[in-house]
Amino acid sequence: MRSVLFWSAVVLILVYMTLPAVVVVATSVNPTELMAFPPTGFSLRWYEKALTYPDFQEAFKSSLVVMALSSTLATLLGSSFAFLIFHYKFRGRGLLEAALWSPLIIPHFTTGFGFLLLGSHLSLTQGYAVIVMAHLLLVTPFVTRAVFVSLSNVDTNYARAAANLGATPSEVLFKITIPLVLPGMIGGWLIAAILSLTEFTASLYVTASRTQTLPVAMYNYIREYADPTISAISALLILSTTIIMIVANHFLGLRRILGIDNG
Amino acid sequence: MIHQKMTALQPDDCAVEINHVSRVFGSVQAVNDVSLSIRTGEFITLLGPSGCGKTTLLNMVAGFINPSSGAIRIGGKDVTNVPVHLRDTGMVFQSYALFPHMNVFDNVAFGLRQRKFTKADISSKVMQAIEMMSLSGMEHRRISQLSGGQQQRVALARAIVIKPKVLLLDEPLSALDKSLRAQMQVELIELHRNTGLTTIFVTHDQGEALSLSDRIVVMNRGQIQQVAEPIDLYRNPANGFVASFIGEINALPPATCTVASDEISLDIGNIRLIAPRRPEWQFASGQSAKAFVRPEHIRIATPADGGRNVVTGEVLTHIYQGSHTITRLNVDGLGPIEMRLPGGDVVGRVPVGLKADIAINLAEVVLLSNTAN
Repeated sequence: MRSVLFWSAVVLILVYMTLPAVVVVATSVNPTELMAFPPTGFSLRWYEKALTYPDFQEAFKSSLVVMALSSTLATLLGSSFAFLIFHYKFRGRGLLEAALWSPLIIPHFTTGFGFLLLGSHLSLTQGYAVIVMAHLLLVTPFVTRAVFVSLSNVDTNYARAAANLGATPSEVLFKITIPLVLPGMIGGWLIAAILSLTEFTASLYVTASRTQTLPVAMYNYIREYADPTISAISALLILSTTIIMIVANHFLGLRRILGIDNG
Repeated sequence: MIHQKMTALQPDDCAVEINHVSRVFGSVQAVNDVSLSIRTGEFITLLGPSGCGKTTLLNMVAGFINPSSGAIRIGGKDVTNVPVHLRDTGMVFQSYALFPHMNVFDNVAFGLRQRKFTKADISSKVMQAIEMMSLSGMEHRRISQLSGGQQQRVALARAIVIKPKVLLLDEPLSALDKSLRAQMQVELIELHRNTGLTTIFVTHDQGEALSLSDRIVVMNRGQIQQVAEPIDLYRNPANGFVASFIGEINALPPATCTVASDEISLDIGNIRLIAPRRPEWQFASGQSAKAFVRPEHIRIATPADGGRNVVTGEVLTHIYQGSHTITRLNVDGLGPIEMRLPGGDVVGRVPVGLKADIAINLAEVVLLSNTAN
């Protein structure tokens, strides 16, 4: 009796969490031009269209460029912040921490709009720079968090032991601390990459027609057409994100990356 | 036992010199005006209860913590403002702090690589240290694949391979189980003999301190209570704290002294105990003093005692410990008394609840002025 209740709860949670994605993926294989759920047949024609549609191809390349730049820069910047906040007690540390968390409080809409105004003032609206800047701001806190958790889990005596054996502070950083928090940095990079890849609200403001990222291109598509191509491209986006997670899990272990356990 | 009298230290004879060092954390005086000279090649132990300042003092020698005031010299050089990595000390941490992303060889080689030895030199020194710590064949193991005892050996190898000016051991045996701890004690003694390294050992375990040290520094509340060789410390504790901290001891209620030419009578209520007088005692008749008696200096009385230093107590418990039995009694006028009888001494085992006459041997009594602590 208890186990029936238990397993129904598990199934309900699973269904609820995956429901929207399941609906979208289901409509993507509908053979007709209508978004029908449940699907009336099976066809991969919308996948073919999604993969060959020039706007999506261009937008995917833009997304990859923005993702690579913003997540890599965010890893450098976010890790530095984490080291700074973790190791030093200085005047204004609380302020810096608050500033770091502010992207979680300020709506993406506001961030995007702000960068749009800034970008037009500096004549940057046609390039990647302003998109990367906006994404960098949005994803850096997640990297900082991941690296900070890793730092907290590393015994401070490792650094002391290395210094005791003759390592200068910068040698301690590069030979001991960074190797030990590397899983946290890689985890932060992955989270940043996924967030950047799927970010829409801010991107809507800071992208131009030539630099639009995939979610923006998808939005523009759905404003004009109502066929299941959009479902197909959604499914492809879910698939690629899942592949990134599986690869990361295989090589690093997600539990370690996300700081769930101390290993 | 004849002790070599300590003579004034020559500067080059002194490996570590701690000069009026204090350290304050907020409102807590962790270390309070400590001065200590450690001779080259000496094995010295900082002993005290947790929070006594021993670890803070060790961390100040290593350079992890700066003194609030005072100076520290290592090998004749003032290192008070020298950063950790230039101090040339070798530390073994309580948690070992072995680098988890390196194997045994790389851990041991770390300090040598910092010192820019040649590859061949590093390899031979590391293998020698690994062999010395009985770790041969494990040089490519990961740290997580080692047992606690093996990690302990790697930590020691990593610290001694750089031939530091002083070896610092921060409660390194506390994480090991009892049998392994006894074995590592023997190995530490041998290691010290073989390397001749000046060693500062921090522990709260008085047994460890007594068996390992050339000298013991007893600390309490940030201050040094006494510095002495183990036997001296056990026999002649400087104050009540040291007396009760080192080994087991019965603290008797305050006594009034009556001094004769070759003995001192101690009157505690109706009980009179007589101790042979010792030249270092400065007691006058009528003065109040506190007597401390070790459990092994009390035995079951025999007719031969003639009633001298014999008291009667009710047996409370017997605690059998194999080689000996601890017996607790309640003596009217003295309070609870603990005595230690050889394990096979069945005759001495008076049933619980009955009275027993016990003889107190005062030849080795610790007698302190009642005003000191």
